Amino acid sequence: MARAVTNNRKALNTAIAWSIGLLIFFPILWTILTSFKTEAQAISNPPVFLFFDWTLENYAVVQERSNYMRFLWNSVFIAGGSTVLGLIIAVPAAWSMAFVPSKRTKDILLWMLSTKMLPAVGVLYPIYLLFIKLGLLDTRIGLTIVLMLINLPIIVWMLYTYFKEIPGEILEAARMDGASLSKEIIYVLTPMAIPGIASTLLLNFILAWNEAFWTLNLTAAKAAPLTAFIASYSSPEGLFYAKLSAASTMAIAPILIMGWFSQKQLVRGLTFGAVK
Amino acid sequence: MGSIKLSKVSKSFGDVEVIPPLDLEINDGEFVVFVGPSGCGKSTLLRLIAGLEDLTSGAIEIDGTDATNATPAKRGLAMVFQSYALYPHMSVRKNINFPLKMAGMDQAEADKRINAAAKVLNLTDYLDRRPGQLSGGQRQRVAIGRAIVREPSAFLFDEPLSNLDAALRVNMRLEICDLHKTLTTTMIYVTHDQVEAMTMADKIVVLHDGYIEQVGSPLELYERPVNKFVAGFIGSPKMNFVSGASAQKRNADSIGIRPEHLDVSAESGEWSGTVGVSEHLGSDTFLHVKLDDGSMINVRASGDLKVEYGEKIFLNPQEDRVHKFDAQGLSI
Amino acid sequence: MATQQSRSAARLMMAPAVILLLGWMLVPLTMTLWFSFRKYLPLRGGDLGWAGFDNYTRFIGSSSFWPSVQATLVIVGGVLIITVVLGIILALLLDQPMWGQGIVRILVIAPFFVMPTVSALVWKNMFMDPVNGLFAYVWKFFGAAPVEWLSQASMQSIIMIVSWQWLPFATLILLTAVQSLDSEQLEAAEMDGASFLSRFWYLILPHLARAITIVVLIQTIFLLSIFAEIFVTTGGAFGTKTLSYLIFQRVLESQNVGLGSAGGVYAIILANIVAIFLMRIVGKNLDA
Ligand SMILES: Nc1ncnc2c1ncn2[C@@H]1O[C@H](COP(=O)(O)OP(=O)(O)OP(=O)(O)O)[C@@H](O)[C@H]1O
Ligand SMILES: [Mg+2]
Repeated sequence: MARAVTNNRKALNTAIAWSIGLLIFFPILWTILTSFKTEAQAISNPPVFLFFDWTLENYAVVQERSNYMRFLWNSVFIAGGSTVLGLIIAVPAAWSMAFVPSKRTKDILLWMLSTKMLPAVGVLYPIYLLFIKLGLLDTRIGLTIVLMLINLPIIVWMLYTYFKEIPGEILEAARMDGASLSKEIIYVLTPMAIPGIASTLLLNFILAWNEAFWTLNLTAAKAAPLTAFIASYSSPEGLFYAKLSAASTMAIAPILIMGWFSQKQLVRGLTFGAVK
Repeated sequence: MGSIKLSKVSKSFGDVEVIPPLDLEINDGEFVVFVGPSGCGKSTLLRLIAGLEDLTSGAIEIDGTDATNATPAKRGLAMVFQSYALYPHMSVRKNINFPLKMAGMDQAEADKRINAAAKVLNLTDYLDRRPGQLSGGQRQRVAIGRAIVREPSAFLFDEPLSNLDAALRVNMRLEICDLHKTLTTTMIYVTHDQVEAMTMADKIVVLHDGYIEQVGSPLELYERPVNKFVAGFIGSPKMNFVSGASAQKRNADSIGIRPEHLDVSAESGEWSGTVGVSEHLGSDTFLHVKLDDGSMINVRASGDLKVEYGEKIFLNPQEDRVHKFDAQGLSI
Repeated sequence: MATQQSRSAARLMMAPAVILLLGWMLVPLTMTLWFSFRKYLPLRGGDLGWAGFDNYTRFIGSSSFWPSVQATLVIVGGVLIITVVLGIILALLLDQPMWGQGIVRILVIAPFFVMPTVSALVWKNMFMDPVNGLFAYVWKFFGAAPVEWLSQASMQSIIMIVSWQWLPFATLILLTAVQSLDSEQLEAAEMDGASFLSRFWYLILPHLARAITIVVLIQTIFLLSIFAEIFVTTGGAFGTKTLSYLIFQRVLESQNVGLGSAGGVYAIILANIVAIFLMRIVGKNLDA
């Protein structure tokens, strides 16, 4: 009897939760579905949900617009580059803070985080100007550096929290075993921290991929990533819903998949370890 | 090879002096145990020797050469940590191989050493496992294996057995002693367990608040403790301390008598009291006796002694086994 | 642990990150501060000299300033209320036993991973378009006249889009907090006859207080500078010009760098006030 009640309740929970989940997910689902319609079907009245003539034509069209691949490549380059660069700089820093803490470690960590809180618009012009002076405007390198810098605090922070969980004795054992500092980091620390490093990498890639202030303001044509490509649809001509959907789907699909993998680590990375 | 000499070594963390300046000599091939209560600085002293911490002042010599500022890697010492500190992402073989790889040893020679160590430590069947798939005792053996393949000039152990259950601890204790007999390499062993210290050591160093209270062989410490602290720390059950009339009679501020050095009598004796809880271990019986003045005394009597709870008995200390202390707690 | 050697190594290895971030913070900040005291019009003569506090007073005195503050507060406040309230409800719901919990979780989290320009455009065109949007269809279906969302209900629309993006964040963090709630405590309260409401009010809500604070602080910092959502949808028209967007327009559209920089300094001060509270909480957590 008691069991039946719990099952009923479970069924009710399930029904409510699934409805809400689908409602929240609906805009994404609708975009994905629309991307397989023809432009006419995309605005048909009444809207068609599943029973339309599925077509890949929009993807082909978006693909053909020769720049799409370049935008995509820019996104990959900028998000990937800034993440890798950030990791290379952050791993040694996080090692220092986690394993050789000093009185100032905490202050440095907090200060690093506070740079993340700097409103971008407040420093937009100086950066813009510096970029012109240094010839970095509308270059992938420039954007990579900026995105690396804005995400560096998060990378350092996440790695720090992961490294903290590794017992210092193991690194000391490596030292006793004759490992130099670089070998200690390469052979012992890094392999042990691989899960943490991987999720840091993932989250950071996502944040960089979706960044939409600097990518919109520091690029024109050459280095513009997908954020800017999609934004170009804000003043469209003719029928474009299906093509917009196809482009959007391609822009978000890889990130959605990555995000699902990293959802467990997300909380730690986004709250700076303040919620466990 | 394997002698270590500390001169005026001290260590402070910030303003807190954890180790006041101390001198200590460890001879080649000795099994030295640092023992003392928790927080007395045993680990710190060991880590100073290992090079994992800087000295605040003083000097360390290893095999006659100054090693005060040498990195841990250069000191030629091997350490076994309390938590074993195995590399979880490497197989047992790779763990043991790690120091050899760091030393750039030829792999054929390394394999020979690994196999030899595995044989000694009964690890041959586990070489391809990860540390996570081993029992506590096996992990301990891997940690030891990793230490011995390097053929260090001395081994440092920091409470290596404290994570093992009681039965395994006794076993491993024997294995480590055995190892010391076969390798004849210097070993420095940290523990807060005085039983481990007594059973394993050639030389015991008793530490208290960073000070060396006494250095000596187990029997020396048992028979001639220099002060009340060592007297109370070494020996189990603990020594009884009595002050007042019985002490004054012997021209001391207080006297100490070990539970095993008290004779029980039903008729007469120096002290009288009532029996409290008695623990029958078979071979021995531990009596907790409440003296007439209210103080408690522990007695270790033979296993066939029959006494009842609340029974009145008399106790007589064996006169030549009485330790006398002055007002400062030093032995007279 | 740590010897002199490892300490100097640590300092060395921390140096690149510290120096880079220090440069990233100080150089533009100093420049912004400098520009904010200059009359600086790149397209109309460049640097025209010292301006004193002129830019600061003019920025505040401009007719767009107070509306932009209002717009900012309404958007931030609206999104915070919606995401926190719905986030708590969703977190409690997702914590219940159900079938397919993992999948529901994924569905709920998904909007967070959609790039801001995509979500703004999808909402703008496929949902809020007064002719072809899905909402227009639903309105017509019920016999109502379609709403021109982004002009007639511009604030509500933007709040809705941004809330949709940030609801997953609030839910995820609150769910983590809910899951760390001691279930025995709740069961004990249930045994004592506490109703759901009183359990929620006296046990669950206090437990969530910290997580809610963190959600509020972090979201505030990000929401104060939302950009793409406005850039793509209304372009700052129809009363949706936030403080950040106003600064952006001053700097890049009307190329009045001095004025925009003064606004930037205001924005930085505002963000710092919020950041201090957040840092307090994070800092405390570091000690634990
Ligand atoms: N890194 C450090 N910073 C400050 N104080 C320390 C540090 N390491 C140890 N101490 C202090 O030094 C004293 C000695 O510590 P140590 O670890 O050497 O004790 P121990 O004898 O090994 O104790 P245990 O038996 O509990 O392991 C303790 O009071 C400890 O708090
Ligand atoms: Mg210790």
